[in-house]
Amino acid sequence: MAAPTFDDAAVRAHAADAERRVAAATDLDELDALDRELLGRGGQLVAWRRELGSLDEATRRELGRALTGAATSVGGAIAERREALARAAASRRLDEDRLLLDEVVDLAVVGPVERGHRHVVTTTRDELEDVFVALGFEVREGPEVETDWFNFEALNIPPGHPARGMHDTIYVEADVEGTVVLRTHTSPMQVRLMEAAAREGTLPLHVVVPGRVYRRDTPDASHLVEFHQIEGLVVDEGITFADLAGTIQAFTTAYFGEDIVARLRPSYFPFTEPSAEFDITCTICRGARCRTCGQTGWMELGGSGVIDPAVFAAVGIDPERWSGFAFGFGIDRCAFMRHQFSDLRALTESDVRFLRQF
Amino acid sequence: MRVPVSWLAEYVAIPDDLDELIATLDDLGLVVEGVERVGVGLEGVVVARVESIAPIEGADRIRLATVSDGEGAVEVVCGAWNYEVGSHVPLAPVGTVLPDGMQIARRKLRGVVSNGMLCSSRELGLGDDQSGLLVLEGAPAPGTPLTIALGIVPDTVLDLSIEGNRPDAHCVEGVARDLAARAGVAFAPVTPAPPLPSDGAAAAADEVTVEIDDPDLCGRFVATVLHGVVVGPSPAWLADRLTKCGMRPINNVVDASNYAMLELGQPTHAFDLDRLGGHGLRVRRARPGEHLALLDGTEVELAVGSGALGDTGEDLVVCDATDVPVGLAGIMGGADSEIGDATTSVVLEAAWFDAMAVARSAKRHGLRTEASVRFERGCDWTATTRASERVVELLALSIPTLTVTAGPVIAHGTVREPPVLHVDAADLRGRLGVDVGLDEAARLLGAIGFEVRRDPDALSVTPPAGRPDVRDAPFGVADVAEEVARLHGYSAIAPRVPHWPQPGGLAPLVRVRREVREALVGVGALEAWTATLVPLDDAVLVGDESERVRVTNPMAAHEPVLRSSLLPGLLRALRHNVERRQGDVALYEVGTVFTHHAVADEPRLERAGGGGDALLKVPAEHERVAVVLGRPGDDAVRAVATWRAIAAALRLADVRVVPGARDSAPLGVHPTRWATLLDVATGSVLGVVGEVAPEVAARAVPTLEAGRRLGWLDVDLLALGDPARATRRDEAASMPSRYPSSDVDLALVLDEAVHVDDVKRVLAEAAGEWCESVRCFDAYRGPGVPDGHRSLALRVRLCAPDRTLSEAALSEVRAAMIDAATTSLAATLR
Repeated sequence: MAAPTFDDAAVRAHAADAERRVAAATDLDELDALDRELLGRGGQLVAWRRELGSLDEATRRELGRALTGAATSVGGAIAERREALARAAASRRLDEDRLLLDEVVDLAVVGPVERGHRHVVTTTRDELEDVFVALGFEVREGPEVETDWFNFEALNIPPGHPARGMHDTIYVEADVEGTVVLRTHTSPMQVRLMEAAAREGTLPLHVVVPGRVYRRDTPDASHLVEFHQIEGLVVDEGITFADLAGTIQAFTTAYFGEDIVARLRPSYFPFTEPSAEFDITCTICRGARCRTCGQTGWMELGGSGVIDPAVFAAVGIDPERWSGFAFGFGIDRCAFMRHQFSDLRALTESDVRFLRQF
Repeated sequence: MRVPVSWLAEYVAIPDDLDELIATLDDLGLVVEGVERVGVGLEGVVVARVESIAPIEGADRIRLATVSDGEGAVEVVCGAWNYEVGSHVPLAPVGTVLPDGMQIARRKLRGVVSNGMLCSSRELGLGDDQSGLLVLEGAPAPGTPLTIALGIVPDTVLDLSIEGNRPDAHCVEGVARDLAARAGVAFAPVTPAPPLPSDGAAAAADEVTVEIDDPDLCGRFVATVLHGVVVGPSPAWLADRLTKCGMRPINNVVDASNYAMLELGQPTHAFDLDRLGGHGLRVRRARPGEHLALLDGTEVELAVGSGALGDTGEDLVVCDATDVPVGLAGIMGGADSEIGDATTSVVLEAAWFDAMAVARSAKRHGLRTEASVRFERGCDWTATTRASERVVELLALSIPTLTVTAGPVIAHGTVREPPVLHVDAADLRGRLGVDVGLDEAARLLGAIGFEVRRDPDALSVTPPAGRPDVRDAPFGVADVAEEVARLHGYSAIAPRVPHWPQPGGLAPLVRVRREVREALVGVGALEAWTATLVPLDDAVLVGDESERVRVTNPMAAHEPVLRSSLLPGLLRALRHNVERRQGDVALYEVGTVFTHHAVADEPRLERAGGGGDALLKVPAEHERVAVVLGRPGDDAVRAVATWRAIAAALRLADVRVVPGARDSAPLGVHPTRWATLLDVATGSVLGVVGEVAPEVAARAVPTLEAGRRLGWLDVDLLALGDPARATRRDEAASMPSRYPSSDVDLALVLDEAVHVDDVKRVLAEAAGEWCESVRCFDAYRGPGVPDGHRSLALRVRLCAPDRTLSEAALSEVRAAMIDAATTSLAATLR
């Protein structure tokens, strides 16, 4: 058995010196060189470790532990220093990158020559808004997160009502489970507008409300989870079903064209009575019957009806004096009908090849 | 709901033109969603008996069958293997055209001539089975037309969508009643004539007891007892109708019950009397922990609430006299008392159950049956006896030995007292806008079973028990008006475009949004629409650890939160395009972001809960305009220029771009290349401008070109539209001078902390009324400029309204500007 050429103290001293040098390294290149020198195959620690094989077991164990400890602490110091240097380098880069945005030189930026594009849902919505403004409607908006009161109950849809089930509601976490929803239609704004007008004495109301709505429905070519509706609401004196029919016809012709007409069919919504779905002449075949309209010549557009007296009661409007109608339909669907693209999901992909067409 | 036209024709004359019928039904609100022709094209198909089967040389999948078609032997090559000698099968002879349009011709296969085709259910349009031939039971005589052998009447089946407020139309009779009312012809409902109890027959009450423990949920329970029942197949015509309506024939007892339900809308249920403990029935709420094995082989645990809103956890059950549940009321019967081949005595239940109770249970247990669908909408409690009699009448057709006990047992619960609604001409005209006339209204309502009394100036209307949708006064008047409008025809109400004196218009915010969009489109940006529901990772991407707004039932499990920023969505949209080599693009979005009420500055409180009486904290919403600039050369400078386009479009007076501190950069934004947008007059922060942090850009768009900067602008739309936060320029315009202007250029060295806008302001004020504009055209750092300072090159344009400025005047102004800059900004002239 040979005698060791080093002892525990020597290992400690070597490690301490190495760590001092690591801490003093000022850049990553220097640190890499140190890493190689101290822990690499030519390093002192490795050289000492080679001796271990020839030592007696007790010494071998003692010095082996010392060497492992030294290698670990030096390695740790290098890693720590490397991280610090990388942080400093990143910080330096940010400093070099620094730009004071108040000094952006006036007229330095020449605008791009190419004009951008509004989204087709936006252009459709704007056009619909303009049609209704011309018919005498105000355009108003409301929140997307609603409570069960506005989205359902004030619209004559109490808890457990089958219509709630049909709405495929997405619920938002709340202090009381099941009371906060992503609005399933723009109709809650009917309640907000009527309540406010009744409270403030600002009836009549002639309003349309466009906005995003949500249904828990599997997305496919003709359904989206997030989509857009426009709601119409009129509360005035002497308003009847005939006014509803006339408004829908006027809108249809103004937006879709002279040869497109609307028809109303009996339907059921808890917040209108009588209720009607409205169809318009198929915009593809112009009523000649095609595959798109299921050989009927008609396309379903939306729902409507004369406001139910129970809704007036809930919002505090005197049904003896006031009457009204409401309607709602899909904005995306109007875009779909007019531009005849095959899959609604293209609307949400933001693919510039699609966006640039509108 | 599937309705065979032939069945309707038993009640009312049906027009030859199917389109006319469809149009009428649509107009009545019974929308035709599908039309199916059944049994058409089977005219040539006959029954054939297989006489022999022989292999064909060289073929192992087809054989030669010799069949008898009643006139002689026919050789047919056939690829099916599910028949044998003596089987009766359908034969389509040469020349037949099958329902799917297939034309049968004489063909030669492997040298053997085939003189027709033996058919499967699928080929005949009678079902989906194509695994083999339709092997006919009961050995019908060869040569019999298949339609006769199967009892198929060629027919058209309409698929009708029945609205929730038309429980009365959820049966053939109801649809026919509407058609008769529209046509103005008399309507004769089915009047069952069941066999009378034989003399001396026992009374039902002696054989079965009926108790209603919960009268609020069970309004009526009629139990009829039948003996001498022989369970077997139904008559072919009855089975055929059930099939056309989408129900599978099971046996004569079950089929009679189903047939009566399709016809009258009243479900009934048959129990095997001998398998019914204690020979009695009791209706009560289920107790928590009770179990019931159902007819469909499943077992349900009863009276355990699902926690869903409006679910009381209640189940209504029908029990036997030993209090063991034998049926889930109105939904499905239990397996233990099911009618079987050995059944000889039957208790027939015809009951009226509360609609909401059935709806709740059906939903909670996921059991949607033909019965539950009808009870949910509300049945007619007065129809229970008639439905029972109809089932007995139908059953007697296949069981000549059927004996009926005297007097069904009838138990009474609570039923609705029908309202009496006073409807006058003004009620109808005020709602409908047309004068239908009270006499006509009375006629229309009477035709669908409303009881109408003609008072001098009004009608007193009582809806039939089958119309629970017609409410009590005062709301019920609207329901009556709807019925009048529906039967009169919506298309018969002349449209009128209403007018009012108030002008229409856009809400201010809508106008602002349009202006912002136009400005962005003007600088070349494309509008994106990104999702509101986003992955949790979106927050991680920008390092956001604040509380998210979660949804409890996300459509996609990986998208459970509402977005808190438009940045991740726009980066995702950019990535979509970069990955398609079309990423040199500027994208913008105007959209709502959400803040959890726990971290919102001002929690939003809204009315919620029953009656809207509670006030609940809901997530705050903010609408933002965000732009990501990803074109070559885009950076924070371009983002500032983009902001200036918006500011100009909105005519904002003075919004300062205030460079932001490195350690307070918003999440996801480059820490040394960003600024806040500060409205000087109000001190409101309108948004943030700068670049996307490089590591965030690299994570979000992995294939982004190295070194590509992404400009970023994120503005509060509501603030932009609010004059109290975003100050608009005065609308008064100034007249430009007619005299030439002169420029004075200055290079000033200033501390970086001095804002360029302050320098401009100081110079403008020093220049006085002649100052037309101050522009900064260069910023310099380097030799000659101390650290922490910058040299700004500024051009002041001067112009007097009434003369050309002299050199002397210009020098004076120049001196004044230098003096002001030196004294108030510590600037030095360079």
